[in-house]
Formats: sequence, C-alpha cells, structure tokens
Amino acid sequence: MNRANTVIITLAVLAAVAAAFWLLLAAPALTGNEINMPVGVTAQSAIHYELHMVILKICVVIGVLVFGAMFTSIVLHRKSRGHRPAEFSHNTSAEIVWTIIPVLILISMAIPATTALVKMEDASGADLTIKVTGFQWKWKYEYLDEEVAFISALSADSNAARQLRSGIDPATVDNYLLDVDHPLVLPVGKKVRFLITADDVIHAWWVPDFGWKRDAIPGFVNEAWTLIEQPGTYRGQCAELCGKDHGFMPIVVEALPEPEFQAWLAAQKTRSQAEAQTVASEWTTDRLLERGRAVYATHCATCHQEDGGGLAPAFPALAGSPVSTGPLQENIRVVLEGREGTAMQAFGDLLSATDIAAALTYTRNAFGNDTGDVVQPRTIAETTQH
Amino acid sequence: MSSIAAHESDALRMPDAQADHKPHGFLDRWLFTTNHKDIGTLYLVFSLLMFLVGGTMALVIRAELFMPGLQLVEPDFFNQMTTMHALIMVFGAVMPAWVGFANWMIPMMIGAPDMALPRMNNWSFWILPFAFAMLLSTLFMDSGGPAAGWTLYPPLSLQTGPSFAFVVFAVHMMGISSIMGSINVIATIMNMRAPGMTLLRMPLFVWTWLITAYLLMAVMPVLAGAVTMLLTDHFFGTSFFNAAGGGDPVMFQHIFWFFGHPEVYIMILPAFGVISEILPTFSRKPLFGYAAMVYATASIAFLSFIVWAHHMFTVGMPLEGELFFMYATMLIAVPTGVKVFNWVSTMWKGAMTFETPMLFALGFVVLFTIGGLSGLMLSIAAADLQYHDTYFVVAHFHYVLVPGSVFALMAGTYYWLPKWTGRMYSERWGKTHFWLSAIFVNVLFFPQHFLGLAGMPRRIPDYSPQFADFNQWSSIGGFLFGATQLIFVGVIVHCVWFSRKPARARVWESARGLEWTVPSPAPYHTFAEPPDIDESMVVHADEVSH
Ligand code: HEC
Ligand code: HEM
Ligand SMILES: [Cu+2]
Ligand SMILES: [Cu+2]
Repeated sequence: MNRANTVIITLAVLAAVAAAFWLLLAAPALTGNEINMPVGVTAQSAIHYELHMVILKICVVIGVLVFGAMFTSIVLHRKSRGHRPAEFSHNTSAEIVWTIIPVLILISMAIPATTALVKMEDASGADLTIKVTGFQWKWKYEYLDEEVAFISALSADSNAARQLRSGIDPATVDNYLLDVDHPLVLPVGKKVRFLITADDVIHAWWVPDFGWKRDAIPGFVNEAWTLIEQPGTYRGQCAELCGKDHGFMPIVVEALPEPEFQAWLAAQKTRSQAEAQTVASEWTTDRLLERGRAVYATHCATCHQEDGGGLAPAFPALAGSPVSTGPLQENIRVVLEGREGTAMQAFGDLLSATDIAAALTYTRNAFGNDTGDVVQPRTIAETTQH
Repeated sequence: MSSIAAHESDALRMPDAQADHKPHGFLDRWLFTTNHKDIGTLYLVFSLLMFLVGGTMALVIRAELFMPGLQLVEPDFFNQMTTMHALIMVFGAVMPAWVGFANWMIPMMIGAPDMALPRMNNWSFWILPFAFAMLLSTLFMDSGGPAAGWTLYPPLSLQTGPSFAFVVFAVHMMGISSIMGSINVIATIMNMRAPGMTLLRMPLFVWTWLITAYLLMAVMPVLAGAVTMLLTDHFFGTSFFNAAGGGDPVMFQHIFWFFGHPEVYIMILPAFGVISEILPTFSRKPLFGYAAMVYATASIAFLSFIVWAHHMFTVGMPLEGELFFMYATMLIAVPTGVKVFNWVSTMWKGAMTFETPMLFALGFVVLFTIGGLSGLMLSIAAADLQYHDTYFVVAHFHYVLVPGSVFALMAGTYYWLPKWTGRMYSERWGKTHFWLSAIFVNVLFFPQHFLGLAGMPRRIPDYSPQFADFNQWSSIGGFLFGATQLIFVGVIVHCVWFSRKPARARVWESARGLEWTVPSPAPYHTFAEPPDIDESMVVHADEVSH
C-alpha cells in the first residue's frame, strides 16, 4: 500500500511534467500556431524578446526548484509511508539565504531592463515623423512636413465577414481582421518617430514585430520610435479597449526600401493635390451621391448602420432624423464638429471637404430622407475656414 | 480519512437546539440576524451564487471566442459581459466570500463571542444583494450595462448611457459594505481577543485578514472618489477626466490603480492565511517561519501601495516614473517568495496526508506560484510593452485569482465545512472536484499565455484564425471547469442536508487552534466565556518549540 502509493504519485508527477514539456514543445508544431513572442524586425523588439526569454528562463528555474522540493516532500514525507513529522518551525540561515538570493537575481534582471527602457525613450534624431491619431474605430496617419495624410480602417472583406452570423467563413478572408484599406507605409532603415494621440477615447497602437505598444490618449501626445530593419508587411491591432469595435481596428505597416518609399510618397502628394483642386469645382449630384455612398459605408455605417436605421439606443437613425432632414446648417455643424461627449466625432478633422459634402448629400437624400439638398465641397471648405 | 481523530471526549455531541437560542421565524433568523455565524453563512451563500452568475458570463465570453467569426453576441454585449463578469467575480464572489470566512472564523479563532459590531455586520451584508441587483439590472436597461471593462477608464466609460448612474451607485454600495466589514474585523481583532491570545499568537488567517481590512479601509474610499468623479463628469458637466475641458484621462488611471493594485492583494492575502492554516494541519508539523509570514504579509501590503503604475507602463510616463514602478514591483517578489518557500518548508519532513482541503492547498501553492512568476515577468517594464493588454495578462491574473484565491476559498470551505455543519462531506466527491478543477483550470488558462505572446489582445470578441486553436482549447477547458463547479455545489448540498457522517470537534487529527475546541457543528453562541488559552491550542508553534 505505502510503496504502491509512492510509485503512483511519482509516476503521476513524472507524467504531469512530461505532459507539460510535451505541450510546450509539441503544441506549436501540432497546431501550427505561434506560442512565443516574435523576435520582430527592430532592435527594440529583439531586446524586448531577449529580456522576455531571460526572465522566462529564470522563472522556469525557480519553478523547477520550488516544485521539485515540494514534490520530493510529497513523495517522501507522507504519513502513509510511515514518515514521522519533524518539529522544526524555523531556520534562520535558510530564511536569510532565500531572501538574499532573490534580491540578487532581481538586481541582475533590473540592469538590462533599465537599459532597454532608456533606449526606448530616446526618440531623438528621427528621419521622419508620423502623427498617429486613434478614432473610434480607425487610425489616421499624418506624415508631418510632407502634407500626406489618410485614414486607415478595417478592410471591406474582413468587415463583411465579421458581422454577427455573416455566413462568411473567416478562413476564406485574407488576413481576417488584420487587414486595412490603406496601410501605413514606412521606409526601411530610417528612424521613424511617432506622435501618438487620440480624438475620442483611449486606444493603443501596437505592432508586435516592432516590440512595443503606446497608448493613444485624447489631449496627450505620446512619443515613440522605430527603425525597421527588413522590408515587409507587419500587422498589429489596437490594444486598449475603445468601444464596441475595438477588435476591428487593425494596424498594417508596409515597410519599403527608401527609393520605393520616396516614390510612394511622391505619388501620394500628387494625389492629394489633385484632390484639393476638385474642391473648388462644381460637382454633379450623381457623382456626389456615388462618392457619398462609399464614404458613408466606410465612415458612418459602423454606427448609423448601412440602412441608416441606427443601432438603438446608442446610435440614432439617420433615416428620418430631424437633423438629416432639418436645416442644412445644423446638419453640417453636427458632422463637422461632432457631439461633445458622445461617440459622434468631429469629422471636420478626419475627412476632406469633398468627402464630407458627399456624405451629407448622400445622407440627406438616401434612406427616404429625400430633402433634395446637394452640398458642394466648396461650401464645406468655406465653413471650415471660418 | 486517517486524520479524522478517532477518540475525542467531546466528539459526536450533536448540538442541543434549545440551548442555542436561535431565532425561530425565517425572517428573524436570516434578515434580522446579528449572529456572526449566520451572517457568515449569508455571505458565503451569496458569494457562491455570484460565482455561478459571473461564471455563466465568462462562459458566454468563452463560447463567443470558441472560433473565429461572430456567432453568438454583438460586440457591445460581449464587452458588457467582460465588464460584468469581472465586477461580479471581484466584488460579488471573491471579496464577500472572504468576509464570510472572516465572520465565521475570526471570532472562533480568537476566542470572541461574536463580531464587535453585530448590527453593523447585518447591515454590511444586506447592502450587497441590493447593490448587485442594481448592477445586474443595468443589463436590462435601454442603454445597456457598463461595457468599458471593469477598470471603467474614461473617456470610454463616459459613453455609457444613463444606466451608468446605477453602476456608480452600485459600486458605492459595495464600497460601503466593504468598509463596514473591515471596521468590524479590525474592531473585533483589536478588542475581543480572549486573554492570552496575544497578537503574535493569532492564527495566520486572522493576521492576514487584519492587514486586508486596513487595505480595504485605505483604498475603497479612493475607488468611491474615482467613480464619483466619473459620475459628475457624465451627468453634471465637470471635466475631471475630460481633456477638452482641462481634465486628465490618465489621472483616472492613477487613482483607479491606487485602489486596484491593493485590491488584488485584498483578494489574495486572506488566501495566504487559509493556506497557512491548512498546510500545517495536514503536514502534522508547525507552520514554518510564523513571524516571517506575518512580516512578509505586512510588507506585501505596504508595497502594494507603491506599485500601482505597473498597470500603466504604456501610457507614456516619464522614464523615472517607469523605472520606479518597475523596481518597486520587482521587489514584491521577495516577500512573496518568502511565503512560498515557507509553505514548502512547512511540508518538508512532515507526515502528509491528502484530504480534499490539502489537495486544494497544494494546488494553490503550485498554480499561484505560476501566476506569481508570470507577474514577475510582467514587472519588467520593457517586456511589458509587449505583454500589456494581451491574453498573457489575462492568463496571469486568472492564475492568481482562480487557482489562487478561488482554490483557497474552496480549500477553506472543505477544511471548515464539517465544523460549520457538524457533518463530513463526501471525500470521494471532494477529491473528484479537486482533480477535475486542477486539470481543467490549466486547459482553460495555460494556452492563454501562448495567445498573448503570439499577439492576441485582450477584450476582443473575435480574432484572426492564427489564434483559433488555443482559443478552442481554452473554451473547452472553460466549459469543463464550469461544469466541474456543479460538483462543488453538490458536495455542499449533500454535506449540509444529507450527509449522515457526524464530524468530531477536532475534525482533523492534528488541527490546532481554538475553533477545534468547540463542538461540531459550532453552537450558535461560542466563547460566551473567554477560553483559557494554552500553548497547545495555538496554531503555530514558534513559542512552544524554541
Ligand atoms: C463612432 C460612431 C459614429 C460614427 C462613425 C458616426 N456617428 Fe453620427 N452619431 C453618433 C452618435 C452616438 C450620435 C448621437 C449623438 C448624441 O447623442 O447627440 C450621432 C449623431 C449623428 C447625427 C445627428 C442625428 C440626430 O438625429 O441627432 C448626424 C446627422 C450624424 N451623426 C451623422 C453622421 C455622419 C454623416 C457620419 C459619417 C461621416 C457619422 N455620423 C458617423 C455616432 C457616430
Ligand atoms: C470560472 C472561471 C473563469 C473563466 C472561464 C473566466 C474567463 C474570463 C474571460 C474569457 C475574460 C475576458 C478576457 C478578455 O476578453 O480580456 C475574463 C476577464 C476577467 N476575469 Fe475571468 N474568468 C473566470 C474566473 C474569474 C474569477 C474568479 C475572477 C476574479 C476573482 C475573474 C476576474 C476577471 C477579470 C478582473 C477580468 C478582466 C475583465 C476586463 O477585461 O475588464 N475571472 N475572464
Ligand atoms: Cu481599441
Ligand atoms: Cu497591480
């Protein structure tokens, strides 16, 4: 009985340890899923990975020692084996040793941890500065000094598939939930500084391959930096709960070699200049409606819904809304300035005059609103200048 | 089995109902009761109920996360579930359960006839059902329940509709209940110890609760202040946390975590106490390093006030701030390590048996330590820039809360249930409950470490297919863990109403402490006359074995 018990317990412990190791070693191969932090593509991410591995190993060693002692005791010091209890209740030297040794381990850990943090905080000498603004639920990227800016939101495919009971199998969607309409494009081998903030609630900008995340906080501008070493596409997600679609505002960075990056940047500039010129021209109703439908789908439908029916109680319907069918000036004001303290954001900061005019024209004529109003981009541009 | 004392002079004496003076009517007995044992029972039953409610919400979450794509609930409802699950588990299940243990055991452990303030005791319990009814009712209101996470960070929490006022008021009521409960614990321990029960002779459970009570008194008002500022920002036009009005959203996080970090120790310190009672009993050996345990508890409590911003390494604090909070947090590993080493030394060269309370205590030591070690990893601020707000954190805090606090609650329940009911529970089903819980809790939470490291953020209702496999394991573990808890309910129901096996006064062979000197079940009134304390009754043996 005693012997048998001991054998059973020993075997059980060995089996548990073996199972744990098997899980750690075989699980990734078995499932094809990653189980560890990425080494990433920046010096920072490599340092943070190193720190992670060192502290992980220290923890494993401590765990093995503590659990080893415990299980040895469980096997040997059992009443059923006839072990008689000892009576000691302290041992000053042991207690001193196991207070001092952890302190030494912690100090040795604190040193590399400190240098890593100091490096992280040094954003000086950047070649390029990007302003990142979090909105519910998309990101705005501005290339400071370059006059290039755009909004980056969940790609249309993922967005269709992620609707409740959409009937679309996520496995059939490319990069499901990790794909956007306009990725952030960055040069390889250049120090890029980020100024991170938010418009409405707190978000957090995180690309695991870069090695850090930073909160985007309304009213604050946080600084961070990266220096990407390899060209490629890097994906991440918002990492701070920011409302219902927090899970649906991914981040995609395309890192290009410097010459390609410069070409891309030039193309963007030409496009935004062309866009600026269209503001002055007179738009036909059809063109405005067509563009308005697209703007509405990307920027308004998450809240006011595709059919304009809203999502009671938080998000009002625009179909038949007193604002969308009432005086035009008030409607323009609501869309440009938003409604303080609600999820209705100030689109004046977010969309071009043309997009806003198109969205207004669309919402004042769609969903049976039929006001017949046509809003020209020029009108919006003039309003925002005042 | 072997450790149930066979020969006890007072064994098997069922209580004399006449002598108990229990109130007769149901309402008189339960609604107006001022008896610490009845109030303890009310707290324990209430918290078990809340554990099941909060657990059901967790299973809604795990069901939605079973596979990629949204199958069951809208994202907003998903967020209400995470928020409510956490609020219910923290404030409704774990904290009231510890107050229930305090009520039942502290007077019996220090030889006091009751809690010092019995009427207030009644009130602090009866506030709770109202607080939680109010909190839960928000789920049925037009504007829905709170959905900004249990941390209630503004500006997001300020987007909650009018139901937010009910959430704030419910939190106020929970806070008042906790503060009254802690005043009572402090008053009882400071004033009502039997002669001879000096502070350094108190059982460790009493010590850890005393320190917990001070933590509660210090931080619950801070939480109340924080949510009141949210209330006025939301409804009365103030701008404490609104940057556009000159306020500061990060300030809320500092205030919240000044409450929030001690809060996690409020949930775990009494667990340390219970484990320090159980291990010596079933190792048949005095607790190793009693005094060190007391000092370690006190230093953990002190440090818990100066580490709060380790939850905020990504908000953009100055470098000096990040370094300070990193060092302070790493330091907590030292007293926590002392505790774990002392527990292992308590077992060392003992004569162990493995009844259900001991199994849960051993499970606690191993799995809590795993949670503590992942906590040490999180304290490395630079690495936390990766870990923060991912499933790695979810795994970490569930390891310390579920196989930590909750296992300790279960260990304590099995340990004292015979004392409370006068009957033995089913050892076979208790052990089944332990082994299934211990296996499934790991299937549930261990894969979440992998998910977090591989890059899955927390608080999301849907995820990329690269995270599918481990989420599936985790959900399966969750459902099985949830189902296993029905065994716990069954064992308790059986023990209270159906078990025919009477418990002896000293239920466990080598249990020390005053609670084992009174009959089982403990009579309605115990220690109306203060007991004579002699060394043999004292749990630890520092002084005896010099
Ligand atoms: C993040 C969610 C969200 C998005 C995106 C959004 N809105 Fe709104 N919108 C709201 C909310 C919430 C309100 C109600 C605010 C309040 O309570 O006063 C609102 C109100 C409005 C109103 C006033 C309706 C009324 O009856 O009071 C109009 C008009 C409007 N939005 C237009 C738009 C347009 C046009 C867009 C796209 C360019 C848009 N919204 C995008 C959330 C949103
Ligand atoms: C019964 C077993 C449990 C299961 C299956 C479970 C499951 C979960 C899940 C799936 C989440 C959501 C994670 C996310 O989306 O970020 C969560 C969050 C949480 N749980 Fe649990 N949980 C359990 C027990 C507990 C207990 C006992 C406690 C506390 C004492 C607790 C405290 C929390 C907290 C504080 C959160 C964070 C909520 C937030 O993000 O605001 N859980 N839990
Ligand atoms: Cu977010
Ligand atoms: Cu903390």
